[in-house]
Amino acid sequence: MSDPVYRRVRENPKFRELVRRRGRLALTLSLIVLVSYYALMMAVAFAPDALRTPIAQGSAISIGFPLSAVVIIVSWLLTGVYSYFANGAFEDLNNEIVAESGQ
Amino acid sequence: MRTAFAAAPAALLATLLATLLAAGPALAAGDMGAADKQAVNPIAIAMFLAFVGATLGITYWAARRTRSASDFYTAGGGISGFQNGLAIAGDYMSAATLLGLSSLVYLTGFDGMAYTVSFFVGWPIILFLMAERLRNLGRFTFADIASYRLDQSKVRTFAAMGSLTVVCCYLVVQMVGAGQLIKLLFGLDYAVAVVLVGVLMVIYVTFGGMIATTWVQIIKACLMLGGGLLLLFLVMLHFGFSLEAVAAGALESHKNGAGILGPGSLLADPVSTVSLSLGLVFGTAALPHIMMRFFTVPNAREARKSVFVASGLIGMFFLVVCILGMAAISIVGTDPRFFEGGVVGGKLVGGNNMPLMHLAQAMGGDLLLGFMSAVAFATILAVVAGLALAGASAIAHDLYARVIRKGKATEAEEMRVSRLSSLALGVVGVVLGILFEKQNVAFLVGLTFGIAASANFPVLILSMYWKGLTTRGALWGGLAGLVSAVTLVVLSKTVWVAVIGYDAPIFPYEHPALFSMTLAFLVTIVVSRLDTSARAKAEIAAYDDQYVRSQTGIGAAAASAH
Repeated sequence: MSDPVYRRVRENPKFRELVRRRGRLALTLSLIVLVSYYALMMAVAFAPDALRTPIAQGSAISIGFPLSAVVIIVSWLLTGVYSYFANGAFEDLNNEIVAESGQ
Repeated sequence: MRTAFAAAPAALLATLLATLLAAGPALAAGDMGAADKQAVNPIAIAMFLAFVGATLGITYWAARRTRSASDFYTAGGGISGFQNGLAIAGDYMSAATLLGLSSLVYLTGFDGMAYTVSFFVGWPIILFLMAERLRNLGRFTFADIASYRLDQSKVRTFAAMGSLTVVCCYLVVQMVGAGQLIKLLFGLDYAVAVVLVGVLMVIYVTFGGMIATTWVQIIKACLMLGGGLLLLFLVMLHFGFSLEAVAAGALESHKNGAGILGPGSLLADPVSTVSLSLGLVFGTAALPHIMMRFFTVPNAREARKSVFVASGLIGMFFLVVCILGMAAISIVGTDPRFFEGGVVGGKLVGGNNMPLMHLAQAMGGDLLLGFMSAVAFATILAVVAGLALAGASAIAHDLYARVIRKGKATEAEEMRVSRLSSLALGVVGVVLGILFEKQNVAFLVGLTFGIAASANFPVLILSMYWKGLTTRGALWGGLAGLVSAVTLVVLSKTVWVAVIGYDAPIFPYEHPALFSMTLAFLVTIVVSRLDTSARAKAEIAAYDDQYVRSQTGIGAAAASAH
């Protein structure tokens, strides 16, 4: 029943490599984002005083603010990391797979 | 600031949560609705008219380029990654984020910042797990993906109804919010404002389709970012470009003093927080008008680029909004002219959503206030246009062309139906918007995100990731998510107490996602596993081909080659 083009792609070792490597990257980055975000949320719920520590002696800014900003900035940078690889090396690999699919 | 901050934490949570999710609810919750109509603001109206003029010009231009169904729904797949990134940012940064998040930081300090983070983290997840598969599998609507290898009429109907429910709930919320906000900022009548928003929305969508909608969102995103950055610059000038000074000023002026430096009562309950964040993260990922944006780019590469651009802009804007909120504590919170009767610490003029607008007035006078008001109006227009288009595509593409006509409708017929649908949605939006003027619509926000996260998201993600999904599983799981989300919202405070009038809610949390989404996943998986029909076997077998397409885009290129 399977389309011959799709079957050829599935049997292409490059396809398996693409799926494995890109999938691993996506999963790793998702975990970094989710773990850091939920770590912050758990700190909010269970260690609120730690977040009130000033960033420096006598400073009016507590550590919670830069930490929250870091979660946003790092998550964004990771979207850059993913796009860099997925639109670079993985996209090249993908293009080879498409070319070899004989479509 | 005593009374402003003296509200019981629970009441504060209720109002602010709702405000955050959309422009409307808190306004309708009485805060702003009670406020008197403001004097007509000529600068705001002039700037708004300039925006309307420009967008109508673009709509005229776009109308001449909208020839096929693909042009209408997805701008022919011809939007670049960067443009789409701006448009996504324009779609996502509603008046609620501008006004709601800044007011939350103004009222609670750190809690507001932690909330802001919750609104952001969905974006990287959408990129890592969904963007390329969405682009590679979808053509015009989210139902395209959900029904890719499942029963076309049943799953497509369910998915389209899910989309429509979400769109209608969110549309009413936006309409009510628009009416209240415009009444306040521009001094227009509530009904006039709602009709105006409805008419402009229908014009953009009916004539200009996705091309016009996209450009409205892009212009609005630029205005909003520009306005935000200008305000930030003025604020930093005031504080000698020192964040330390901003924070010190806030500490000195806020009634809670050092309390604003750490977590307060807003996020103290982990179950509530997790349920909220699940709803936000996965509900956002399954909002039909957001998903639709992924079909406007030519390929997965551009789809990824657009999320990178969008999340950069959204993240930056959120950080700006947090700084503005902190700055407003000392600038707005100590200035008698922003409090009713001039009593510092009393009720803010215009209600709790207004700190950012007052900050604009304090920093840049009537000119900047007028500009920010126009931006807020433009924001509402951009969001409702996206909603109307998503709703029209669910009716015309999914229900009419695919289910009723079984794919035999001509493109001209389908486009005619989609234009009529956007008109119908405009009428529904205006009528419900006016009917709900005095209602508390906070429950509609809970419903929007609850249904998106519980009825739409599980079916969507499992159809892309899980080979074992069958039609029966998708329908029962989706139904379980829908019913449980609606039931829990009805039993929660937003309906049980605020609308029906009981003393205490049966369901203690405001957001159902943790429970209803989990249930939807469980039911989908169990029913799919138990489904041993021949059709189920064929659907499972079809996953392998779908998988190749979702990963490589083979077969998808043809869909956008218009």
